[in-house]
Amino acid sequence: MARRATVALAVFLLGTGVAFSHAFLDHAEPRVGSTVKSPPSQVRAWFTQNLEPAFSTLEVVNERGERVDQGPAKADAANPALLQVLLKPLGPGTYRVKWRVLSVDTHITEGDFTFRVTREP
Amino acid sequence: MRSRRISVIATTALLSMALWPDLASAHGLAGKRFFPTTLTIDDPFVSDELSLPTFLLFKTPSDGEAPSSKTANISGEFSKRIFPNLGLTLAGEWNNLDPAPNDRTESGFGNFEMTLKYQFFTSTAHETILSAAFGWEAGGTGRKKAGAESFDVFRPALLFGKGMGDLPDALRWLKPFAVTGIVEGVLPSRSGNKSFTLNDDGDLEVEIEKNPNVFHWGFAVMYSLPYLQSFVKDVGLPAVIRQLIPLVEIDINNPLDRGFAGKTTGTVNPGIIWAGKYFQLGLEAVVPINERTGKVIGVRGQIHFFIDDIFPNTLGKPLFTWH
Repeated sequence: MARRATVALAVFLLGTGVAFSHAFLDHAEPRVGSTVKSPPSQVRAWFTQNLEPAFSTLEVVNERGERVDQGPAKADAANPALLQVLLKPLGPGTYRVKWRVLSVDTHITEGDFTFRVTREP
Repeated sequence: MRSRRISVIATTALLSMALWPDLASAHGLAGKRFFPTTLTIDDPFVSDELSLPTFLLFKTPSDGEAPSSKTANISGEFSKRIFPNLGLTLAGEWNNLDPAPNDRTESGFGNFEMTLKYQFFTSTAHETILSAAFGWEAGGTGRKKAGAESFDVFRPALLFGKGMGDLPDALRWLKPFAVTGIVEGVLPSRSGNKSFTLNDDGDLEVEIEKNPNVFHWGFAVMYSLPYLQSFVKDVGLPAVIRQLIPLVEIDINNPLDRGFAGKTTGTVNPGIIWAGKYFQLGLEAVVPINERTGKVIGVRGQIHFFIDDIFPNTLGKPLFTWH
């Protein structure tokens, strides 16, 4: 009986997923709050929900608030939960990634995170 | 004339709420902050949600002639947004008292409750929510022997939620913290209950049980691992762990009058919430703050459904929205 209940609970949890129904950031590359030696050429952000790309943005700014991305961001054709944007050559410093996305279930969410670059390109 | 003026004021208030911009987000979002539904104290946000069931196992201490009693409580709450910032909550409960004041085991429904809540302030930048609520417990709708009172209780309240995401980056590890809280008046419609009994000599005895006005307050302090992972630093937590929100809830009742002044009761409730896609699970220990509240640690658990995510285009929408 206990085993059945455990299996049922596991199926329930897996069936409903382990992410919020609203689109929140699942993970990113460069990683949230990370320090990287080599400047990245792009930022990729994976969300917990599929996105409506026309209403979803991803911007990267430096410490002076200047845009350093070569936007607009694009959704990945194979993965509608992935948003990515190319970057201009980055010098050492801290960069903030700001996102605002519309999930396919019509909820808007927004957020930001930073990463740090330690070396010149 | 007076009733006409009241109806004009009420209509104006409802219209202004309807015309107010849609500042409220679904189930407890303020900017980046997701406030989970707390198990012990009420939430500051207005949303479409269902808590079913919430269970509580607790042992109340003996009080005068009343013996110590094991209490099992199972409750449910359904909240519906009427306007984006105005919601109505309907709540009911079932109690089992072992023993009840009559020295027998009694069970039955508690009184029906209804709460109107208005979320009047939301700051996305400062992850802040403020709301006002008015609750009504309908006396006599539950079973008296199972603890339901025969009188109404009114509950005007102010509620707040504040996330710490606006702290400077130097304090980034503190950003996942958030606090929610409530200050509330618990106002019985009757100051006391008279009960009549025949003593051993056959004489009629009148006993008056006083019902004090109570100042109820509480707060919850939580640390959001989802917030840490998504906005502060990806520390590589496994998927299930990163959905956890450890919290402590403090719940205090200060009776103010009618012979009960100073007889504070309350609990400290450490626990954890797991927030999923369509629902959340919560479990807390219920630790009495003094012997007047109890001597044994109880337990509270909850399954809570996000109706706005399960049915985003039907049941999970406000009844009226202005665009």
